Amino acid sequence: MRARTSRPKDKGQRTKDKVLGHRIDRHPILTFEERGPVSFTFEGQPMTGRQGETIAAALAANGIRLFRHTEKTGRPRGFFCAVGKCASCLMVVDGQPNTMVCMEPLREGVTVERQTGRGRLP
Amino acid sequence: MRLTDVAIVGGGPAGLCAAIAASKLGARVVLVDDNERLGGQLVKQTHKFFGSKRHYCGTRGMDIAAILEQELRALPAEILPGTSVVGLYDRHPLATQPSPARPAPKTAQGDLFGSEPPAVAARGVLSLASREHFTKLGFKCLIVATGAAENNVLFSNNDLPGVYGAGAVQTLMNVYGVKPGTRVLMVGSGNIGLIVSYQLIQAGIEVAAVVEALPKIGGYHVHAAKLARLGVPILTSHTVLSALGKEQVEGAVICRVGEDFKPIARTSRKLDVDTVCLAVGLTPLSELLWQSGCRMVYVPELGGHVAWHNENMQTSLCHVYLAGDVSGIEEASTAMLEGRVAGAHAAAQVLGPSPESEQLIAESRAELCAIRKGPFGDKAACGKAKLAECAPLVGPA
Repeated sequence: MRARTSRPKDKGQRTKDKVLGHRIDRHPILTFEERGPVSFTFEGQPMTGRQGETIAAALAANGIRLFRHTEKTGRPRGFFCAVGKCASCLMVVDGQPNTMVCMEPLREGVTVERQTGRGRLP
Repeated sequence: MRLTDVAIVGGGPAGLCAAIAASKLGARVVLVDDNERLGGQLVKQTHKFFGSKRHYCGTRGMDIAAILEQELRALPAEILPGTSVVGLYDRHPLATQPSPARPAPKTAQGDLFGSEPPAVAARGVLSLASREHFTKLGFKCLIVATGAAENNVLFSNNDLPGVYGAGAVQTLMNVYGVKPGTRVLMVGSGNIGLIVSYQLIQAGIEVAAVVEALPKIGGYHVHAAKLARLGVPILTSHTVLSALGKEQVEGAVICRVGEDFKPIARTSRKLDVDTVCLAVGLTPLSELLWQSGCRMVYVPELGGHVAWHNENMQTSLCHVYLAGDVSGIEEASTAMLEGRVAGAHAAAQVLGPSPESEQLIAESRAELCAIRKGPFGDKAACGKAKLAECAPLVGPA
């Protein structure tokens, strides 16, 4: 496993993240009801999502795209299929590695961390 | 450990229609889906369907999901959302106990249901896992309606965060109301590529271009025209060479391709995008069918390996059925019809054929034929014809 030196923890990256992810405010067909806020943490930072969404959707709404680094080559990965089929979105959720966050409902107070390689069992 | 007549895996258009058909005919039905919400991919389809009234024309996919779910919930079928199938057994003790409850169906069509009528309590067992429970479910007939998974395509950095399947983009936008990015390159101009591009614009996201490797647009003209009117360039004979960026997509390089689909030198250019959306086809999710031991056939027109099946959606194992995209990539309208055929035939296998089941099967099969005669049904019709030429190794002839 390679040590990661370029994890996007620098400020520039974060500013970019903020620009990228946001919610749809107006839509000609759909209305998205404002469902209650759900607090969670990502890499120790407090974040807010909405009730009824998956962890992946909440992260995307917060501008987070990088979910993990692969075991052998350290390649960055996010979600790909978003329907629980491709296993590209594995993260550490409440200490449990290899959680498919595109299927995992967001719960109040959940801790979400990026996974490196296969992760470690708690 | 429980026992049911018909177990259905997948609660999309095919699985829902199979469950409705089988339940209406009097079979005990259990429907399993790994999502919390039923409807499969219908729940994110905001566009209106084409076809006839019977095929829900003019209705949006997400509303069809709600209609079907309501119809199923009014029936005695058991629904297990948020549950994954994690095992399939055919030599489980439960599957070999003789059934005292119901005599084997007397049929004039012994051949149709295989030479051996099901004289056992269950022909197989599924293990099911949800967040809270691990259970086993014996079944007499199994209907696999697992759908399909999005394909990726070869280009450098195709695994970067920000390279998303078209279905993923639809889920994010239309189910959760989250923008997948701000400026998107769409790869593929089939109906999915065109429709999702339009939906991106509806959500307030810019579509930089749609690239298509073939020399002509793949999807319906009406969808392409909508995009063209909005000024989105649809670049035929073009492909994506690479996604740019270190930690996530920060751009993409596209180029022209020749008739051999090889990139033409000095035609590449950079697009300023933060998302690359892939609408390059789907592959049937056949794992359960492989595991069941039924005959698998490679048919490129159907999207890859599919289980051999007859017109009743029965595989080479007479108690295993399939319906929807897992039987060959098509659309929701055909998935619903295939589901009805599979559900009705499975119910008839368990309870014995009835005039109602025969009518439902015949009607749905006729409608399937009619849809596949349409201009865009060629590919599937050709694939299904290829299947018909192969003989199953075992089971019904």
